[in-house]
Amino acid sequence: MTTHTHELIRLTAAEMAAKLRAGEITSVALTQAHLDRIAAVDGGERGINAFLHVSEEEALRTAAEVDAIRAAGGAEAEALHPLAGVPIAVKDLIVTQGQPTTAGSKMLDGWMSPYDATVVTRLRDAKLPILGKTNLDEFAMGSSTEHSAYGVTRNPWDITRIPGGSGGGSAAAVAAFEAPLALGTDTGGSIRQPGAMTGTVGGKPTYGAVSRYGAIAMASSLDQIGPVARTTEDAALLHELIAGHDPKDSTSLTGEVPALAETVRGADVSGLRVGVIKQLQGEGYQEGVLARFHEALDALRAAGAEIVEVDCPSFEYALGAYYLIMPSEASSNLAKFDGVRYGTRVLPEAGPLTIERVMGSTRAAGFGDEVKRRIILGTYALSAGYYDAYYGSAQKVRTLIQQDFDAAFTKADVLISPTSPTVAFPLGEKDDDPLAMYLNDVATIPANLAGIPGLSVPGGLSEGLPVGIQFLAPIREDARVYRAGAALEKLLTQDAEPLWAQAPELAETAEAAAHAAGK
Amino acid sequence: MTDTLTDASPLSFEEALERFDPVLGFEVHVELNTKTKMFSSAPNAFGDEPNTNVNEVCLGLPGTLPVVNGKAVEYAVKLGLALNCEIAERCRFARKQYFYPDTPKNWQTSQYDEPIAFDGYLDIELDDGEVFRVEIERAHMEEDAGKLTHAGTSGRIQGADYSLVDYNRSGIPLVEIVTKPIVGAGARAPELARAYVSAVRDIVKGLDISDAKMERGNVRCDANVSMMPKGTTTFGTRSETKNVNSLRAVEHAVTYEMRRHAGILAAGGTIVQETRHWQEGSRTTSSGRPKSDADDYRYFPEPDLVPIVTTAAWVEELRAQLPEPPADRKRRLLAAWGFSEQEFRDVVAAGLLDEIDETVAAGVSPSVARKWWMGEISRLANARDLEPAALGVEPGTISALNGLITQGRINDKIARQVLEHVIAGEGTPEEIVTVRGLEVVSDDSGALTAAVEKAMAGNPDVVEKIAAGKLKAIGALIGPVMKETRGQADAGKVREIVLAKLGIEG
Repeated sequence: MTTHTHELIRLTAAEMAAKLRAGEITSVALTQAHLDRIAAVDGGERGINAFLHVSEEEALRTAAEVDAIRAAGGAEAEALHPLAGVPIAVKDLIVTQGQPTTAGSKMLDGWMSPYDATVVTRLRDAKLPILGKTNLDEFAMGSSTEHSAYGVTRNPWDITRIPGGSGGGSAAAVAAFEAPLALGTDTGGSIRQPGAMTGTVGGKPTYGAVSRYGAIAMASSLDQIGPVARTTEDAALLHELIAGHDPKDSTSLTGEVPALAETVRGADVSGLRVGVIKQLQGEGYQEGVLARFHEALDALRAAGAEIVEVDCPSFEYALGAYYLIMPSEASSNLAKFDGVRYGTRVLPEAGPLTIERVMGSTRAAGFGDEVKRRIILGTYALSAGYYDAYYGSAQKVRTLIQQDFDAAFTKADVLISPTSPTVAFPLGEKDDDPLAMYLNDVATIPANLAGIPGLSVPGGLSEGLPVGIQFLAPIREDARVYRAGAALEKLLTQDAEPLWAQAPELAETAEAAAHAAGK
Repeated sequence: MTDTLTDASPLSFEEALERFDPVLGFEVHVELNTKTKMFSSAPNAFGDEPNTNVNEVCLGLPGTLPVVNGKAVEYAVKLGLALNCEIAERCRFARKQYFYPDTPKNWQTSQYDEPIAFDGYLDIELDDGEVFRVEIERAHMEEDAGKLTHAGTSGRIQGADYSLVDYNRSGIPLVEIVTKPIVGAGARAPELARAYVSAVRDIVKGLDISDAKMERGNVRCDANVSMMPKGTTTFGTRSETKNVNSLRAVEHAVTYEMRRHAGILAAGGTIVQETRHWQEGSRTTSSGRPKSDADDYRYFPEPDLVPIVTTAAWVEELRAQLPEPPADRKRRLLAAWGFSEQEFRDVVAAGLLDEIDETVAAGVSPSVARKWWMGEISRLANARDLEPAALGVEPGTISALNGLITQGRINDKIARQVLEHVIAGEGTPEEIVTVRGLEVVSDDSGALTAAVEKAMAGNPDVVEKIAAGKLKAIGALIGPVMKETRGQADAGKVREIVLAKLGIEG
């Protein structure tokens, strides 16, 4: 890899955009640099495996188009989106015409969507070269990306560890400089927790701020598409691009998209009331994580923020409620995968080929264990006679959590917590303990239950691994999490390199990796 | 052998009613005639190539989301109002979950415990004028399923060689109207069943919210029947005969089920709660799948849709747009037009109520309007294999033709020719009569008198009869006169001339 490439891919998306606008670099060169990086670090036994599909040809075609428009100048060049020509990766839960979409499942092996998700249409309209599709836990069900049918994704900070999940592919791709930007989806923390684990920025917009049309649904009332980037400014730019009303999504919000990038650039926290959630610290949180968290609080306080404690007593039940609502909706959303119309079809090994048996054998073979676990849970929770006790009660808890947030936001402008109780854990560590895995999302889940925006920003290292700090704000107040997140980012990097720049160098080929391992 | 008797010979209808009282219940599905489907922008159209009126949403492809068709909600509210229902201020859709290949998402989006309309009634007039009130429990919105065609001898999915599915129908908006149990219809239950479905069909047609063609499945009836021993009030176990798709079949299906239930109960057996299939050929029903109240569809509120909110102002605006209820209108028109009951029924059966009403409004007498529509226009339509209304005859045309006849400028026969020319697009009756020179021969030139004289001379025997007082015999002279004048003679005028020539007082 040339020095030039090495430098190009380490620019922020905003810097790349500025250089493209100034004519200092071309989008083709920029896109090719990322494709080269993907080729160098993504494959092989010790590769990151962030990508399930790389769309070299399409990405370069879009890049060439942008370059041609820029070269021609005039009104069309003027009208280009600020991010035009900056490449991006898309989580493979989001459908793309012309590129396969698997949702990380054998069930959709080889399936090509005949339509684009609304966010993908926005990317295409703004002419961002789409590098490819990123790995995830099957149907976004997991917190480690170990439940993908297409292999684990490795954490660029330590390839023996998980990158978080479900959006481990998008986070790892951005952390490993395989892409400057990526799209993720967040149902219980699938953007923010991988952000924390990989030292990147991950945003979960207010529910309804970004169209869900074309995101393969796990839990409809919780799912939200959001940005993955290395800086808050980059996340804000991408957030602005994908947000906005979509008539194809009935739950989509109307109203202006806030000026988030502007908020980021002028961010300061003097006078900002920052609420520390009593329930999201202490037991279960690693010492190193709490140490970085308290340093973050100190930094914010020193910069003029008012730190207050808020009490959210119902959070105790959040995980329980989440693991009823999410599987209930998922059990329904995944019913359509039956081998009748598209995707994988597996015939029963013996016996008659009735429709029920073909559906049954397809679902038995096509879904992985974690997906089956959640379908069974959800089917049970929605069954007649259990509905009120399970789904009904969970919805009541949801209301209580919303009320806790409402009360907290009378005392604080934003809330703060560690994004995840732990740093990235070793691959395979929680294989046999789904509950331990579920506990990793304890801090991120309440935001999904309440529909509020959240942002995870890097908060330093513990044991050489990134720690994430999460900010939360009331519904439609996405600008507040960017304001607080950007301010913390600035405070933590004023005397040090940004966290992402401290990541260890990755071995660039399988041979190099073998060589490095042998030393 | 089973322990419990579940089958026996049906009793006769009379025997059944001697021992049992029927309880009925209907679920009528109405397909709305919106331009697009319930939750997608795919066209709502009948009869196209299979799987052409589909898009990613109504195929339920991964990632797709539903959006409610506002027009369908408007239609559902109108129907609810026409059924004298309360309209919900806020209601939601739910997912009704079951695995079946005609439902691409493996759930049907339907209203469950929050119907848009509820607690209504419909007064049903039976043939003899007796009015029976049917209570409506609810009218709720849902989407239609795709259409399965099963290859093989069974005709059902069980035992089929293979099945084909057409998703054109998948997602077409439906309103399902559910009655409360109907008690006390007795021997008139089958007649009431027919009249109820007919009334619902007339209402949706009058509202213009459905094509209302039962043969196309626009209006489909599931008939619930149970029997309870006379003198008791506890309902028996019911059967549900699905998709009975003609008025006659509804009547027959209820009759048969009453007899079948009575036969089994009289023999000491028990009724299996199940769905039944209507067999048109034998006019019987056959066993479908067992259905219990405990069928678990795992309903839960559809999280991809927001609740539907109806404002009182909007509901009142729609109420103000409602046409006169079909039953009221029929009663009013029957009294106003003075037709016999049979004549009126024929007009209704021919579907020409609107046309005649409009023609009367254009100034033509009801009997003349009926004569034109039921006579010549229907005949011309038949010959072209069209509905009479499809010929495009305007009420003004009938009015103009009738005016020309009353003025004595054309006769009935010429008027019929003029009508054909109007249908052929040659212009107004007035223009056609002028351009084609079709006006009746007046006697200004003496041409008619000459023709009459010629006819009289050629038929002395007829003239003799007339002279002897048999005035009806004049008819025999009309033909030759018409022939002479190429049909343009006024028959009344001919009669006048004949009588004058013979010196008889008309």
